[in-house]
Amino acid sequence: MPDQVLFAMEVTLNGLMAGVLYALVALGFVLIFKASGIFNFAQGVMALFAAMTLVGIMEGQVPFSHLINATFGTDIHHFGWQVPALLAIVLTTGVMVVLAWCVQRFVMGHLVNQEPIILFMATIGLAYFLEGVSDLMWGSEIRTLDVGLPQGINETIDAFTYDLFGYGFFIDNLDIVASVIAALLVAGLVVFAQYTKQGRAMRAVADDHQAALSVGISLNFIWVLVWSIAGFVALVAGIMWGTKSGVQFSLSLIALKALPVLMLGGFTSIPGAIVGGLIIGVGEKLFEFLLGGLMGGATENWFAYVLALLFLLVRPQGLFGEKIIERV
Amino acid sequence: MFYREAGDFKTSYRADSQTFPIRFDRYRYYVVLAIAFLVVPFIINDYWANAILLPFLIYAIAAIGLNILVGYCGQLSLGTGGFMAMGAYACYKFMTAFPDLSMFINVILAGVVTAIVGMLFGLPSLRIKGFYLAVATLAAQFFLVWLFNRVPWFYNYSASGQINAPQRTMFGVEITGPLAPAWATYLFCLVFLTLSALIARNLTRGSVGRKWMAIRDMDIAAEIIGVNPLRAKLSAFAVSSFFVGISGALFFALYLGAVEVGEAFNIQKSFLILFMVIIGGLGSVFGSFAGAAFMVLLPVALKVVGVDLLGWPTDTVAHFQLVIVGALIIIFLIAEPHGLAQLWRLAKEKLRLWPFPY
Repeated sequence: MPDQVLFAMEVTLNGLMAGVLYALVALGFVLIFKASGIFNFAQGVMALFAAMTLVGIMEGQVPFSHLINATFGTDIHHFGWQVPALLAIVLTTGVMVVLAWCVQRFVMGHLVNQEPIILFMATIGLAYFLEGVSDLMWGSEIRTLDVGLPQGINETIDAFTYDLFGYGFFIDNLDIVASVIAALLVAGLVVFAQYTKQGRAMRAVADDHQAALSVGISLNFIWVLVWSIAGFVALVAGIMWGTKSGVQFSLSLIALKALPVLMLGGFTSIPGAIVGGLIIGVGEKLFEFLLGGLMGGATENWFAYVLALLFLLVRPQGLFGEKIIERV
Repeated sequence: MFYREAGDFKTSYRADSQTFPIRFDRYRYYVVLAIAFLVVPFIINDYWANAILLPFLIYAIAAIGLNILVGYCGQLSLGTGGFMAMGAYACYKFMTAFPDLSMFINVILAGVVTAIVGMLFGLPSLRIKGFYLAVATLAAQFFLVWLFNRVPWFYNYSASGQINAPQRTMFGVEITGPLAPAWATYLFCLVFLTLSALIARNLTRGSVGRKWMAIRDMDIAAEIIGVNPLRAKLSAFAVSSFFVGISGALFFALYLGAVEVGEAFNIQKSFLILFMVIIGGLGSVFGSFAGAAFMVLLPVALKVVGVDLLGWPTDTVAHFQLVIVGALIIIFLIAEPHGLAQLWRLAKEKLRLWPFPY
């Protein structure tokens, strides 16, 4: 086979893997949107916050140490203990649940019945707030995160493809793990939504707030639940991206990448988030590979948005979204 | 006692429909204009111009532009940074291609070019709305910034990839370049701000503005009563981008002087302008001024309190700023969705009766 085709195949595979990570972030958006009609712009910052908290807990760092040191003239940085990864993940999940409760209690609870656009702008405010808090709590340096996930080139695929084509594909182990985890997460969420009591209540709230209230479902509880799950998904996404490229501010920008994924797949569909993520992941890698050189490179910055923009002109509700019906 | 409309009689339609119908408001407006044009240029120095006044003037123009789109027409845009970059690069190309053209015309032309580009990116608004549209405008932000970064024609093939404002004079006084005196750049921006505010104010209370507001309040109902959504939405995008483009041109040519597009006009800039509009007040020209002043003064004030008084390191103060801005956005959206402009309106209501409330 000619080299170009092989390269293209490798690029496609890598794009698929990147797409899985996009889908993971997009999933958090879909969950909150389905249950509360809120488009949560802060999802990416939540991933950053979760990853930062995880690193901070694992290393036994003192929260707000910079602030305390600056105010009282002390010099404290670490408690002096290391927390094992699994325990740290559990603790961080706890932090995300507390965060979900705070968001519901202090922000979204006050904005019930507001227009979606107001809620959207509130989550932009929330994103700024969380980013600031995260920086104040754990500092703003780039941190390395290692929870024991395998990394580096996958030897089996490399050897297998070398035998087959005479050219070894480079696929990162981490991407494979991420894909497996994403698949498990999606399966788990679908099971949760379909077969458990709380999951059914969640779907009822998504369908109609008032009807759900009238059959005795607590809106407050469901929303805290939904924000907690979104927080957990953010944690998983944060771990994946954090292991891949370090925990840093740019982590919060992947949320922006997830937006076109959502527009392509439809805001209300979990399969849509997955398929949209894969299309964007493969599309931007292939586009960069085929045309990026002609156009000056770094087309990944905008390809997803322009693709989504053009797609919206044809089908405003996305691939799997519900048809938008409007009445006066 | 001082602020009242009793005894303020109108005898002609002209008088009745003027911009500031209450006499006190009108005089206050003249006084503010007089101070801005006749007093400030004589006492201005470089620190005040660069730290507070120039950013305020320029951001206020951008905020007026975005307010027309978001506050009056209800179309959320996150592409302001990209449109500002469009204005800046258009201005740069005009400045270098036609060295003899007046700077005033350059800036206007930059606005016109941006208006055309804005209409192009506003086309999706005919099919989508709300945050779908917000995401679509992100395409403008990322695509435009990438374009100016990667296509050498836009930065005249300069080695650094930056654009530098060449020196230009107006009435014999330099207004761009490092030698331009503070008062000249200040006056140049002030003229544009005054004109923008006048145009915006009069557009929004005329038939165009009413069409925008009808679209904002309920677009289907507006369509049924005879508002053409195509023309209303695209005109809002055009007018809004025009102002944003002017502000981008001024930001580049008069304030920064040299621009690296990825830094000066990134997505944070879009959010900054959006926050000005939210905090200042959606759907209010005065709110754009208040919001711009607030967001320009906040970092300065925080720096004075945090770094100079409390002795914190600058990065901690910067993080605090994020927290405060985020919290303020949420608080304003919850407690006072109409922003600082509404507080001002309430203050006027109170003043009307003060000091005898009953």
